[in-house]
Amino acid sequence: MDMISIPAVNMTPIIPEIFLSVLAMALLLINVFVPSEKKSYLAYLSFFGIIASAVLVVNGWGSHVESFGGSVVLDNFATFFKITFLVAAGLAVLISDQYMDREGCNHGELYPLILFTVVGMMLMASGTDLMTIFLGLEVMSISLYVLAGFNRSSKKSNEAGLKYFLLGSFSTGFLLYGMALIYGATGTTRLYKIATIVGQMTLPSANLLLVAGMLLMMTGFAFKIAAAPFHMWTPDVYEGAPTPMTAFMSAGPKAAGFAALLRIFLLALPTLQAEWSQVLWVLAVLTMTVGNITALRQDNIKRVLAYSSIAHAGYALVGFAAGNATGTAGILFYMLSYAFMNIGAFAIIILVSKKGETNGNVSDFAGLGFKRPVLAVVMTIFLFSLAGMPPTAGFIGKFYLFSGAIQKGYIWLAVIGVLNSAASVYYYLRITVYMYMKEATEDFSWIQVTAPVGLALAISVAGSLIPGIVPSFILQYAQMAVKLL
Amino acid sequence: MSNVLSLTTFLPLLGVLLLLFIPKDSKGVLRNVTLAVTALTFAVSLLILNGFQTNAEFQFVENVPWIAAGPFMMRYNIGIDGISLWLVILTTFIMPIAVLSTYTAVEERVKEYMICLLLLETGMLGAFISLDLFLFYIFWEVMLIPMYFMIGIWGGKNKIYAAVKFFIYTMVGSLLMLVALVFLYFKGMEAGITDFGLLHFFTLKLDLATQIWLFLAFAFAFAIKVPMFPLHTWLPDAHTEAPTAGSVILAAVLLKMGTYGYVRFAIPLFPDAANKFAPLIATLAVIGIIYAALVAMVQEDVKKLVAYSSVAHLGFVMLGIFAFNVEGISGGMLQMLNHGISTGALFLIVGFIYERRHTRLITDFGGLSKQMPVFATIFMIVTFSSVGLPGTNGFVGEFLILLGAFESTLRWWTIVATSGVILSAVYMLWVFQRVMFGELDNPKNQKLADLNGREIAIMVPLIVMIFFMGLYPKPIIDKMEPAIKKLVSQVRVSTPVAQAQSIQPVVALPAEGQAPAPEAGGTHETSAPAASTPQGTTTAPAVNPHDAK
Repeated sequence: MDMISIPAVNMTPIIPEIFLSVLAMALLLINVFVPSEKKSYLAYLSFFGIIASAVLVVNGWGSHVESFGGSVVLDNFATFFKITFLVAAGLAVLISDQYMDREGCNHGELYPLILFTVVGMMLMASGTDLMTIFLGLEVMSISLYVLAGFNRSSKKSNEAGLKYFLLGSFSTGFLLYGMALIYGATGTTRLYKIATIVGQMTLPSANLLLVAGMLLMMTGFAFKIAAAPFHMWTPDVYEGAPTPMTAFMSAGPKAAGFAALLRIFLLALPTLQAEWSQVLWVLAVLTMTVGNITALRQDNIKRVLAYSSIAHAGYALVGFAAGNATGTAGILFYMLSYAFMNIGAFAIIILVSKKGETNGNVSDFAGLGFKRPVLAVVMTIFLFSLAGMPPTAGFIGKFYLFSGAIQKGYIWLAVIGVLNSAASVYYYLRITVYMYMKEATEDFSWIQVTAPVGLALAISVAGSLIPGIVPSFILQYAQMAVKLL
Repeated sequence: MSNVLSLTTFLPLLGVLLLLFIPKDSKGVLRNVTLAVTALTFAVSLLILNGFQTNAEFQFVENVPWIAAGPFMMRYNIGIDGISLWLVILTTFIMPIAVLSTYTAVEERVKEYMICLLLLETGMLGAFISLDLFLFYIFWEVMLIPMYFMIGIWGGKNKIYAAVKFFIYTMVGSLLMLVALVFLYFKGMEAGITDFGLLHFFTLKLDLATQIWLFLAFAFAFAIKVPMFPLHTWLPDAHTEAPTAGSVILAAVLLKMGTYGYVRFAIPLFPDAANKFAPLIATLAVIGIIYAALVAMVQEDVKKLVAYSSVAHLGFVMLGIFAFNVEGISGGMLQMLNHGISTGALFLIVGFIYERRHTRLITDFGGLSKQMPVFATIFMIVTFSSVGLPGTNGFVGEFLILLGAFESTLRWWTIVATSGVILSAVYMLWVFQRVMFGELDNPKNQKLADLNGREIAIMVPLIVMIFFMGLYPKPIIDKMEPAIKKLVSQVRVSTPVAQAQSIQPVVALPAEGQAPAPEAGGTHETSAPAASTPQGTTTAPAVNPHDAK
């Protein structure tokens, strides 16, 4: 009788994932015994869990371990992205507690769900098999659907959750279809093998199955990273979801989407680069332009940042379209800095808004600059970083993304990118205009900066400024990370 | 001593840290500390002036690695030559004056105002001393932020529109320049250049088509900042809405960023393209001179009038620079300093009467000279300086510019531009007459107090400089002359390359080779106008082949 032979499994690459999963399940159990007014302890526990897991992740820097028959890999690329996810999750946990208390939905399940999302994202970054990546994506997405609708007493949050779920499942269909077609064309789901087989094809760009599969996969991921014209869900979901979850969604899953995109396209389909970079070129221009132009007209600040996050996906796509070391390292750097600056900006929005997410219009920031000067300065730093003004991380990130395009010869793409960037300045400035140049209509006395939120703000400011002034070390890590692709 | 340049640049930033610890209600302390910091910065910058050797080299150079990742290498590479030296001194000189002018003008949010002023000073100084293109870009952009807040928070009633317009105009230009900068870097990389150091790129030979694109991108960014017609529309708005100190700094220093950009970057980096576009830029400059003068003439708001006069003056500077000879560029550089002093002074003067009457409409005034004799005298001197009366600084600059431009290929442009001198006399003297002379019939004006001690103290250094630079500009010109000669040779040397197929390359070459050598030794003793005669003769053959094309 034949035995099914199970290859020796090396668990090293997924130790952080295992750790987080175990922690998440333990938290679910602990949650039962924690009285509802003490749910903060779960936040602290998960925050320290995230830090511990970050230590585990950092430990893996420099190693290259493949496991599970080549469907998961531990390399610098995965490690860099995992750090980004952990940063996003850690900051999200820090800003959640106060908000959830205020909105009366501090249910303990929040933190395990965030941790499961991180596990999914980590699998996406380290997966080298289409199936692993898909599983990671699903773990991430399903947790996110729940997180988007987490404020179950709020209609908007429910709507966000349902909308995200319906459109998300739809896009997953595209993705899966694309993966199936790729499997049909190559007979494997392992990225390395796909690369070999495609490399041996005489004219891969004429292989209809392969090209259609590639485009369908791109569509699926374009949905996840909120690239135009697949961005329609973003503003509503971002506006409706609880603000800390919006912050998390805009930074973490977007980065995970890019991790998987980069991994698949650069590892499995480099032979088709000439084809897919043309598509990405168009996608980047559309995404930047649609995001920025629609953001100009928004009044709700969460929607402003939602559209701006579409635009930021567009900037990152510029680096991806370039597909060279400069551009792809730029994406890694940018995703990490974007997590700091965007979650920081959302933290300020949480502080300024009131129960029920009222007081969330741009005009509600009027006079913040002189009533709460420190918060306003911090917000200004985030906004200038988002706008790409030196000396912030946002500037260096954009510099590398656009430089990648220039190096590749896509001068016009870079020009469109910087013009978009100039247009985006308008809506970021508009917030500073309200903060500093309009008279205050409120005294902002309700704002209380609790210790976790204060810590999150401090980390975010450091993460938005320090890589802008001394970016070398992070950039060098980002470049080491993309070297192996 | 070796890092005195860094010290000058970052002293104001240290001042900001100091201000953070002063409670925001002790306005007097905040003002005095800021004044002390800017005065100290000025004092330190005098050490630079003192240690500056009169030659064409960059001095006080500091060069350490900063960012090293991927294809890029950015260095903290700073230094000054005769061109940037005076702009640095102008900046540190104007800052204490600007701070002093706010003592009674700004009563609200003093702390934030002072922080903005100091941040702005660091930004401006950094841009003038950067020898690394990337570093320059950082400072160039950083400058925007404090100025934006100054206009937007302490400005007049249209402040938000003006502030946002100022920001976005400059941003669009500079982002396109950034693309060009990166493109230039990759071009340089192909030729073996490994960092953003400006001096490496001077040796880079680019073909004409590339140069044209890159020059256009740089020139566009700088033209917005100068500002040149037709990109000047942000300036009247920004000036009119900005608080006095903001206007003073904007006029005295920030506008110089644009012209400095041409002299330091756009022209020497892309000399062939600069030659090619000289007629176009000169045309825009001349249109700016005439158009701005005509618009200034019909303004009802004194501040707006001064703002338009800035456009006209900067038009002269651009004309002088694009003459590409020593007189023209010296005149342009000198006029940059003059404009900083006299227009800065004009904005202060407008600020004085605005503080007293809270209006700037010309029709609200008249006959002030009877009531405010000291003010009248000072205003008159500054007006003369702005008009360019001999004996004041304005004359020397304008004269050199016109002389240089007349001797260059831009002769016809110069003839038209000269009428701008007359027009400037018309609008300046006319406004002076309407404000200061006539009947003192407005009862509100009859109780106006003359300038107080602080206000006179602000104006005295400016007036001293007006006369010093008008009567004895030699020390200033001498220090910048070697650097300007180097610039002229940079523009000329490449001309034969671009003109390779033109009619008389053989005639052009020997003239290039010999011209700089005798001049370098010969003209030091003579003052600049006298030096023009031998210079003019060598100029002609060098420019002719280009002309023939």
